[in-house]
Amino acid sequence: MSAAASALIEPIRSRSLLDRIFDLHTEVSGRSSFVLASQSTRDGVSTVWVTSADLRVVLAALKNSANASLMLFDLTAIDERGRIHREDQPDASFTVVYHLMSLGACLDEVRIKVALTGDNPVVPSITDLWANANWYEREIWDLFGIRFEGHPFLRRILTPPTWTDHPLRKDHHARATEMPPYSLTEDQEMREQEALRFNPSLWGMKRHSDHSDFMFLNLGPNHPSVHGVFRIVLQLEGERIVDAVPDIGFHHRGAEKMGERQSWHTYIPYTDRVDYLGGVMNNFPYVMAVETLAGITVPPRAQMIRVMLAELFRIASHLVFYGTMAQDVGQLSPVFYMFTDRERVFGIIEAICGFRMHPAWFRIGGVAMDLPVGWNGLIRAFIDDLPKRLDEYDGMVMRNPIFRARTRGVGAYTTAEAVEWGVTGPGLRACGLEWDYRRQAPYACYDQLEFDIPTGSNGDCYDRIAVHIEEIRQSLRIIRQCIDNMPEGPVKADHPLTAPPPKARTMHDIETLIHHFLSVSWGPVIPPGEAHACIEATKGLNSYSLISDGDTMSYRTRIRTPSFAHLQMIPLLSRGVMIADLIAIIGSIDFVMADVDR
Amino acid sequence: MRQPPFLAIILTPLLILGLATLLTWVERRLLGLWQDRYGPNRVGPGGMLQAVADGIKMLFKQDWIPPFADKGVFVLAPAIGMMTVLLSFAVIPATSLRSIAGNLNVGLLFILAMMGLGVYAVVLAGWASNSKYALLGGMRAAAQMISYEVFMGLSLMGVVMITGSFSLYDIVAAQSGLWFIVPQCLGFIVFLLAGIAETHRLPFDLPEGENELGAGFHTEYSGMKFGMFFLAEYAGIVLVSALVTTLYLGGWLGPFLPAAVWFVLKTGTLVAFFILLRAALPRPRYDQLMTLGWKVLLPLSLLNIAATGTILMLRAPE
Repeated sequence: MSAAASALIEPIRSRSLLDRIFDLHTEVSGRSSFVLASQSTRDGVSTVWVTSADLRVVLAALKNSANASLMLFDLTAIDERGRIHREDQPDASFTVVYHLMSLGACLDEVRIKVALTGDNPVVPSITDLWANANWYEREIWDLFGIRFEGHPFLRRILTPPTWTDHPLRKDHHARATEMPPYSLTEDQEMREQEALRFNPSLWGMKRHSDHSDFMFLNLGPNHPSVHGVFRIVLQLEGERIVDAVPDIGFHHRGAEKMGERQSWHTYIPYTDRVDYLGGVMNNFPYVMAVETLAGITVPPRAQMIRVMLAELFRIASHLVFYGTMAQDVGQLSPVFYMFTDRERVFGIIEAICGFRMHPAWFRIGGVAMDLPVGWNGLIRAFIDDLPKRLDEYDGMVMRNPIFRARTRGVGAYTTAEAVEWGVTGPGLRACGLEWDYRRQAPYACYDQLEFDIPTGSNGDCYDRIAVHIEEIRQSLRIIRQCIDNMPEGPVKADHPLTAPPPKARTMHDIETLIHHFLSVSWGPVIPPGEAHACIEATKGLNSYSLISDGDTMSYRTRIRTPSFAHLQMIPLLSRGVMIADLIAIIGSIDFVMADVDR
Repeated sequence: MRQPPFLAIILTPLLILGLATLLTWVERRLLGLWQDRYGPNRVGPGGMLQAVADGIKMLFKQDWIPPFADKGVFVLAPAIGMMTVLLSFAVIPATSLRSIAGNLNVGLLFILAMMGLGVYAVVLAGWASNSKYALLGGMRAAAQMISYEVFMGLSLMGVVMITGSFSLYDIVAAQSGLWFIVPQCLGFIVFLLAGIAETHRLPFDLPEGENELGAGFHTEYSGMKFGMFFLAEYAGIVLVSALVTTLYLGGWLGPFLPAAVWFVLKTGTLVAFFILLRAALPRPRYDQLMTLGWKVLLPLSLLNIAATGTILMLRAPE
């Protein structure tokens, strides 16, 4: 049926995704409309509801009619059973949300929602339409208990295989104090141990080929080159990889669940630790989403401080990437030089924020404090010095023949594959697609700043590294413009919903005092609605989708991280290569496990 | 040739072990210097006693053999590694006076034989550990060391042809006019590369390949058995450096300074060069290493032999 529907719709690039969904019924006879309802959201992203039966038809038609650049940006779910404010939405106990993004010249997004009823809902799988739906559907099954019919490998992904509950359901406790004391009986222990036993067929791998037995190598979760707690099971023939199955979840800390019990303000420090190399870069999409919900406009000086700090953290993160990448192919020294440079970035961050890696410096409505005296000299000294050092590193790493031999032509993928697997950031640009969220949908003050978007051409490890390095130089350029053009003015919006709230008038009238008291002790009450904010983070697109139900806490916090999508691609890149190549590929992907598992 | 005193025979291996121990500290300090950091600088003057502290730590560690390992071979492997390296030193002449084994007329062959045996240490360690990472390391070691041994032997033939002897004394003595690094520059390069591969040091440390294999062939080793691999590696560096000095850099020959000092200076510089390589270079992939060996180094060493032979023949008095 999907094929029939898609055949009827010719590709027209000019129409938006939303228009195409509305046009669908005219091509398929006998239907009034596929759209059940349209929903208005605070962020202005078109949101439509379709039935679970129509879902695949609509998505297949969109995918086939669109150009190749339609990405399944995010796929998540909402437990609607406790929600009060959902007047313009169909009845549902659970909602599955498909967020599609077209990577054309201008940004085009659409959110398609499917309402599900009952406590054990089922929805058709779309893994055959978008390869990257695989892990997202497993995550939803794991955390919400929504089954995906037709999924090839629907197993838990973030929690251990022996887990019994679905933690993101509203009836699942969020605090340790809500559950009885934990005890581990001997039987349980045996069961847990037994569950760890490796059985290749459970992982979809054969033990033998026609002419030989395979060797299975368990790489990780504690291995020097997997950058954290990440496990890959390798099926080997000699040193050549036949198949690889990544296993994640070792770093899962329930960041999304925590969002549902922390006040809007107190959740900010949690975001820092999602991509723990990104620092305030993580605050950025979160506070932007809250500000969209609350209708707060951030003053220009705060915007520019945010951009400047975020770019400093981009440099810090890319330096770690550069150094560890060199180390992954056996070069011992670069990582020390690059960590020394990163230390200087942290010196600046510390001078401004007081913290180094996780400053939690952004606030709802602005930033925590104004810049300290002498900030510009400090940063200028650093950005004047770094390009020289980068040139040296180019000679040491990028022009090293052994390094080139190890990274050129290794782990290459095409733009089409990148879009299919949801790859964003430097990994996407290394394929040659000049697509940067800062340019496509400028947030904060990026529309006032000049910078180039570096691209590669082969999409291999070497190009990914080259793009990262050029991005450091572009970040330096952005920071220089920030120093030169830093506007004067307040660093936080004058709005009652900012946190901490404005205090100036509290001693003048009782009404303000009461509001201030409540906002400080409980946190601001954000008006009901849905909003998502996306940024070009250090590793790709990072977005927070927040739902407020008119409370002091978020009703649902969805964190879409780039690393999750990127890791899923590893099997595709590693089939047929040597173990050493896999290590180079892993290094060049640039991920941190906290960003994957959240 | 006079028999060397018994004391010298006892002292030489001890001296070499001491050197190797000290070298672990030297390497870490030099790496620190080149990597903009300190390295171990707390124990003793300048951290010199760090190696002693490490040695004590390793001695007091539990001597643990994994239950799944092949016990006999598992214990034997590090001993082989250590023994072959130490035995090789017997024929290295530090001065014109003596080496322990005297002027062995097949000294060079003896060293090649010992190095050949040294492969067993790594391969057997990888095999006996009964662990996949160790096995992969052992496999890499077998392929790498056996193939590099071929060019190593061939690259030396030029020196032997010119000298007309396998004795290391004669080889050094033949360099009194001109060090062999000049007429035998091709052989020198091939031998140096093969020597690095033999000691499996970066960039040829694939049998260990910590970024890929954890610790490769000695993944399962701990305590003093690991320490023996560790020391054997450093003694191996000294050995290869001393060999290069002897074969290509004129051994103990040099003006003004005493012979032994020249020998130590040359060897020490080469050791530092080994460490510098480790600080500077990444590691090639396994198949790239093999390609380099068979497609570049083997033809080079053959070319060297042919060229040396031709020149010798043309120059030979009728």
